[in-house]
Amino acid sequence: MLRICLLLLSAGLFSVAVLAQTTGPDRPLDDPAAERRAIALHKQLRCLVCQNQSIAESNADLARDLRQLVRERIAAGDSDDAVFAFLVARYGDWVLLKPPFNAATSFLWLGPVALLVLGAIGVVVWYRRLGARPLSVAPLSADEQARLETLIEEDDADEGRNT
Amino acid sequence: MSNRAQRDETPRRSGNSRRLMLALLPLVGFGVIGWFLYQGLSLKPREIPSVLIDRPVPTFDLPALPGRPPGLASTDLKGEVSLVNVFASWCVTCRVEHPILMRLKQEGIVPIHGLNYKDESEAALGWLKRFGDPYDRVGADKRGRVGIDWGVYGVPESFIVDAEGRIVCKQIGAISEKGLEERLLPAIRAARAGEPVSC
Repeated sequence: MLRICLLLLSAGLFSVAVLAQTTGPDRPLDDPAAERRAIALHKQLRCLVCQNQSIAESNADLARDLRQLVRERIAAGDSDDAVFAFLVARYGDWVLLKPPFNAATSFLWLGPVALLVLGAIGVVVWYRRLGARPLSVAPLSADEQARLETLIEEDDADEGRNT
Repeated sequence: MSNRAQRDETPRRSGNSRRLMLALLPLVGFGVIGWFLYQGLSLKPREIPSVLIDRPVPTFDLPALPGRPPGLASTDLKGEVSLVNVFASWCVTCRVEHPILMRLKQEGIVPIHGLNYKDESEAALGWLKRFGDPYDRVGADKRGRVGIDWGVYGVPESFIVDAEGRIVCKQIGAISEKGLEERLLPAIRAARAGEPVSC
């Protein structure tokens, strides 16, 4: 009896959940190779609602719509580039998780490498300068040399006593 | 002793200005970084600017809501400057901008067309009856595909379309009084005068 009630309850809840979605759940493509391609593309497209997730990961309605849209474009024979171009034409480069390389994004792509190279050059130059700089200590005069030797003797004598 | 004092003095004079510059460096760095961070306070990184500005509206033809003709098609957006508003009955923020749309309609400032985005028609009709109907034409975009063609990623959004059927301005999120005065109304005036729109 309990099992039947639970079964009916879960069936009821499930149907309500499906009705509540105006989009419906994902409908994978029949061809497994095409579906794999679709999923690969999903992982490279940004969800514009939850902008740090791909549409593969996001639960947003728009993500689901875009997933279906990608599947439709693939089924219609679009290449990967054509699918991306379709979405970029509507949402701009930001829809791609990997920014394209162009004049505007060159700083983004090359910046870290450039900083690393500049930093490395800076370190090398600094170390070279360090070695080349002479120690600016003038030699000791005779008086100072004598004082130094006295101090060293006293220091040695101290150490001998303490041990 | 005096010898050593004389020997130590000479390097110090050129070192002084160098040390001053090094001491000022963190302050200058603070100033530069602080300026950039201050600018960053007014940035809105989550807003995605439209790539459809100055492009013709996407081709579409949407049916009307049942019992509430006419529907909305891309051909309807030529001939006059209009405002296309993306709305839905489930969209709470749409209610915030709704009084402004009603006022625009009542004062006859600009024709407003509605894009009913991913909505149940009955719910949409009920919403319009309850809160007021500022739209001339309403197109029912049940699947949201026309919205995707417009680059819609949230609701509400509004677009200003010029008389040639080109999108000239996009408003992301609810229209505010300030946004209306500072951005949308000037854009509408410029579009009507045939001047370039800064939006």
